[in-house]
Amino acid sequence: MTATPSLIDVERLTMRFGGLLAVDDVSFSARPREITAIIGPNGAGKTTVFNCITGFYKPTVGRLTLRGDRDYLLERMLGHEIGQRARVARTFQNIRLFTGMTVLENLMVAQHNKLMLASGMSVFGVFGLKRYRTAEAAAIEMARGWLERIGLVADADRPAGELPYGAQRRLEIARAMCTEPLLLCLDEPAAGLNPRESAALNDLLISIRDRDGVGVLLIEHDMSVVMTISDHVVVLDYGRKIAEGPPADVRRDPAVIRAYLGTAEGEGEPSV
Amino acid sequence: MKASGLPALLKDAALTAFVAAALGLFIVGFRTVDVGSTKGLAFDYQFADLAVAVVAIFAGRLGLSFAAEGARWPALILGAVLGAIGAAPIELPSAFLHWFVGLAGLLVIGRTLWPWASRRVGQATQSPRGRMVGRAGTRWFSWILLAAAVVLPLTPFADQKTMDLGVLILTYVMLGWGLNIVVGLAGLLDLGYVAFYAVGAYSYALLSTQWGLGFWAVLPIAGAMAATFGLVLGFPVLRLRGDYLAIVTLGFGEIIRLVLVNWVDLTNGPAGIGGIPGPTFFGAVFAETAPAGHRTFAEMMGVPFAATQRLIFLYYIILVLALITNLFALRMRRLPVGRAWEALREDETACRALGINPTNTKLTAFAVGAMFAGFAGSFFAAKQRFVSPESFVFIESAIILSIVVLGGMGSQIGVVLAAVLLIGLPEWFRDLGTYRMLAFGLAMVLIMAFRPRGLIAHREPTVRLQAEPRGGGG
Repeated sequence: MTATPSLIDVERLTMRFGGLLAVDDVSFSARPREITAIIGPNGAGKTTVFNCITGFYKPTVGRLTLRGDRDYLLERMLGHEIGQRARVARTFQNIRLFTGMTVLENLMVAQHNKLMLASGMSVFGVFGLKRYRTAEAAAIEMARGWLERIGLVADADRPAGELPYGAQRRLEIARAMCTEPLLLCLDEPAAGLNPRESAALNDLLISIRDRDGVGVLLIEHDMSVVMTISDHVVVLDYGRKIAEGPPADVRRDPAVIRAYLGTAEGEGEPSV
Repeated sequence: MKASGLPALLKDAALTAFVAAALGLFIVGFRTVDVGSTKGLAFDYQFADLAVAVVAIFAGRLGLSFAAEGARWPALILGAVLGAIGAAPIELPSAFLHWFVGLAGLLVIGRTLWPWASRRVGQATQSPRGRMVGRAGTRWFSWILLAAAVVLPLTPFADQKTMDLGVLILTYVMLGWGLNIVVGLAGLLDLGYVAFYAVGAYSYALLSTQWGLGFWAVLPIAGAMAATFGLVLGFPVLRLRGDYLAIVTLGFGEIIRLVLVNWVDLTNGPAGIGGIPGPTFFGAVFAETAPAGHRTFAEMMGVPFAATQRLIFLYYIILVLALITNLFALRMRRLPVGRAWEALREDETACRALGINPTNTKLTAFAVGAMFAGFAGSFFAAKQRFVSPESFVFIESAIILSIVVLGGMGSQIGVVLAAVLLIGLPEWFRDLGTYRMLAFGLAMVLIMAFRPRGLIAHREPTVRLQAEPRGGGG
């Protein structure tokens, strides 16, 4: 289809819960080093698509191919393997940090698999061997780098649950990035942020795309975020894909205006 | 006090006393006594007891109301009077009433001073100096506790009774530390922990009596056996969460016990296995006369034989085993696997999204916890020299779990304090006779009322970016 090979291909994805058809025959692709936004009214099936990609649901029909160091068929993998081997990371609509653990510990848990190997599945680690200590120091450095980028270095040793809401959102993204993913799936990262925090989030996502070269898949209601930063937009309505393309084209698509932007039930007018 | 006025308070106290009197009339007021086989039962009236109790309740309620209204002095005076009556050598109808009245007085005084004390403590712990002292205190506290535990057998207090109690408490400390890995760190509510204790105990009992293996040879085997059982039992059940996991582990605990009861060929059933040899000290046994081919410890050391030598030796073994458990748990907590345990406890879904294999991570916690229960179990068998399924009933699991929960989930020093309270208190309260378990229950209710997150709720981070603020010393 396009010159650049895609990072993830979603083909004919269908998800049925009993009698409810949540996602109906949706196909799209996301490319590396691009931000792909999935938008649509409430209940359009956006989060269901995410849950299928990240292994929380098994799709009823469809193929999800992640083109990493080899092609991974995500629909056949266990939940944690998608993060560990196919290197897909995600955040959640309702933030899911380890609230009792410190900010730094949250970022260390994200580097679990790497550190487990270095600690010889804990055997070397128990005896405090050097190989593990070096790996741990490197992991802390990586965490520090991310804390600098999200402006939370001073809060590193505070429990994550004590942080203000906006900082928790940023921390969750940093935690997902600490797994060193190829594809980062963000479920409404701008929800509940004030305009200033929202702008900072845009910068962070752009730097994740440009500096880290990670493909970003984004569910978002905030049109200012979607229209400013996304390279590609997929529009869902009632579980079906109704439009796809660059943000400027999608905004003018009559079907989209009818289904989503026009009805504006508390979603806000597209103001960009 | 001004708001409601004295008459209202008196009325409230009178109402409370009336309810107490109405309830107590039949429970306390009448007692049936056997007056001989022909005449049957007769009533014995204990109205004096009831009257004293009702008066105490009236005064106690009044005192509590005063305290709640902020009238400190009347409350303190009432509390002091009640306490004095309780402690005074005057003739009350029964000994229990002394306790009852005295405790009522203490309760009133405690309630009166509580807001003031908690405010002062709060201020002190918030001030920078208070924080520093607190941090240094916690650091020193564990070392002092350890030093006390090490020198205890060498002090004059080390009689048979104390050493027995010490060994018992340390056994529960070790079990508590082991279960803390499963419940406190990994957040897996395991109600059948005693099953692994039983596996360890029977491993040693069978291997020593059947194959003649010694304690030190069996210790690692018992740990491995228990860990294997942990893996085998854990594998099918660990995909369950919360309450469901608790119920299934409870079931497994009972299954293991029932197998021990019913597999008579192997375990000798309810009769148990006796004649288990005790641990040896470099081949020397702790007995007055050694069996053929062995020396006694007394001969080896050239000291006269004393019965406490064996107990002191057992004490040091369990102390070392418990400390190994503690060091291992502390070490694991700072490793990726330990952090993953805590992360799983906080949010399993997020863990899966980060590529952590929840089943494997939980299994390691389960197996490591089981392994330490296995060590403790084989120690138990060597100490008692007799095992039977009766030692591994559900209430044991419940006690170990209470130790972990009361201590503050995940807190190592909290486990020690809770074990001392939960195992030590019922022993010290033996003089109270029937009311022993009442005092035990009261202690538990008080802990849960005043420290709902356990005795020690503070969590120390496993890794820091900034240098740890120094508390001076240690």
